[in-house]
Amino acid sequence: MYEGPVQDLIDELGRLPGVGPKSAQRIAFHLLAAETEDVTRLQDALQSVKEGVVFCDVCGNVSEQQRCRICLDSRREPKLVCVVEEPKDVLAIERTREFRGRYHVLGGALDPLSGVGPDQLRVRELVNRIGTDEVTEVIIATDPNTEGEATATYLVRLLQDFPGLSVTRLASGLPMGGDLEFADEMTLGRALSGRRTA
Amino acid sequence: MSLYRDTAVVLRVQKLGEADRIVTLLSRRHGKIRGVAKGVRRTSSRFGARVEPFCHVDVQLHSGRTLDVITQVQTLDAFGAGIVGDYQRYTTACAVLETLDRLAAEEGEPVLRLYLLGVGALRALADGQRDASLVLDAFVLRAMSYAGWAPALEECARCAAPGPHGAFSVPVGGAVCEECRPAGAVRPVAGTFSLLEALLHGDWSVAETTNTRVRRESSGLVAAHLQWHLERRLRSLPLVQRDVSRPPVPDAIRARAAAAGEVDDSGMSAAGHWNHD
Repeated sequence: MYEGPVQDLIDELGRLPGVGPKSAQRIAFHLLAAETEDVTRLQDALQSVKEGVVFCDVCGNVSEQQRCRICLDSRREPKLVCVVEEPKDVLAIERTREFRGRYHVLGGALDPLSGVGPDQLRVRELVNRIGTDEVTEVIIATDPNTEGEATATYLVRLLQDFPGLSVTRLASGLPMGGDLEFADEMTLGRALSGRRTA
Repeated sequence: MSLYRDTAVVLRVQKLGEADRIVTLLSRRHGKIRGVAKGVRRTSSRFGARVEPFCHVDVQLHSGRTLDVITQVQTLDAFGAGIVGDYQRYTTACAVLETLDRLAAEEGEPVLRLYLLGVGALRALADGQRDASLVLDAFVLRAMSYAGWAPALEECARCAAPGPHGAFSVPVGGAVCEECRPAGAVRPVAGTFSLLEALLHGDWSVAETTNTRVRRESSGLVAAHLQWHLERRLRSLPLVQRDVSRPPVPDAIRARAAAAGEVDDSGMSAAGHWNHD
C-alpha cells in the first residue's frame, strides 16, 4: 500500500475496464512523473467528456449537442436507419464509407443473464422514431453473437408488421483472409444459407 | 493435469481485455470451469462462435494459475441456433443457464446429473417441440430435486401427513396440510399439484394437457421455490416470456398503419396481421 493520494489513484485506475492492479500502478507512476501541463490536459479532457458529452436525443449516439453530427447532417438519408448496439459500432460502420443513412443506438443487447430486457434498451425510442419519421428501411447491425442475434430476432419480430417498412440485416459469412477449413460450423452454415448469385 | 479435455455446456461469457473472453462452462467430469478464450472477439477467431452461451462443446483446456486457457473447441450441439430465433425460448434458455450456474456453485466439483439435465433442457428448447415454460419448470424441479430441495408435493412438508393437500408454502418446502398451514401459504388452483408432479417425473402426457392458468400458477411456485432456496433472485427469471404471444403492437405501428389506410375500425389490418394476440 502506498501513501494516501497515490493509492487512491491506483484504486481508481484499477476500476477501469481492462486495467489490472499492475497496469494501474504503472499508469499512476507515469502520471506522477509526467509534466504538470500533461496531467492538466488529461484532467480537462476527463472533465469535458463528463460535462460536455451527452447522448443524442434522436439516435442515442454520443454527441456534444442535443442532436449529433449525423442526425443534423441534411445530406444523410433520413429514410434509412441502421440499428447498432453501442456508439463504437457507429464508428465501425462509418469507417466503411458505404452507409449514407442515419443510426439508432440501442445501448446494448438483450441479455437476460445480466438482467437486460427490451425495457433497458432504446427499443421504444426506435419504434416511436419509425412511427413519426418517414423511415422506409431499418438495417439491424447487432453483434454476430448470441445476444446480438437474439436482439435482432426480437426487433425483426417487433417491426415486421410496420406498413411500408423493410427490415434487413447485415450479411454474415466468412471473414476475408481466412482458410475455409478453419471456419466453424455456425459461420460456414450461415455463409451457405446466405449465399448469393455470383 | 496441464492439458485436459471434457465435454461442456457454455453457461456465460464475459469480455476480458481487448479481444478475449472469460467463458464459464459446466463440464461432465470437471464440473464448473472458468477458462480464458483468447482472441475470440475478433472476427477472424477460429472458435469464437463455438464458445457462445448454449453451445454444447468438446473442449480442451490448459491449466493456468488462476484461470484455465481454452486451446481447442469442437461443437457437439449448436443449441444456440435453435434458441435465439425465438424470444420466448431465448429468455427461457437463459434462465436454465443461470440456474445451472447457481446450483453448480463449486468450481471443479463434478455435477454429472445437473450437467445432463442442462443438456436435456437446452436440447428440448432448441427442438421447440415442447412448451418452453413447461421445459423450464420441469428442469428447475428436477435440478432442485438433485440439489436436495425437491418440493414436497404428496405429503405435508411439515408433518408428512399423506395428501393430497390444498395449500403450498414456499418457506416450509411444499404442500402443507390444514393443521400445519402457516400464514402466507397459497392455495393453488386445482390441477397445479398434478402438473408439478408430472413435471418432476417427466410425465409429459399429463403436463401438456393442462391449461394456461394452471401452468402460470405452477411456474410461479417453481420460481418462488427456486429463489427461496438459492437465497437470491435470478436476474433472468423476470425477463422470461411465459407465453408465445407476440409483443403488444406498439401505438406507433398502429398510427402509421392507420395513416396508410391499412387498419380497419377494429384495429386489424386487412391481412389480419394483428390477429396474433
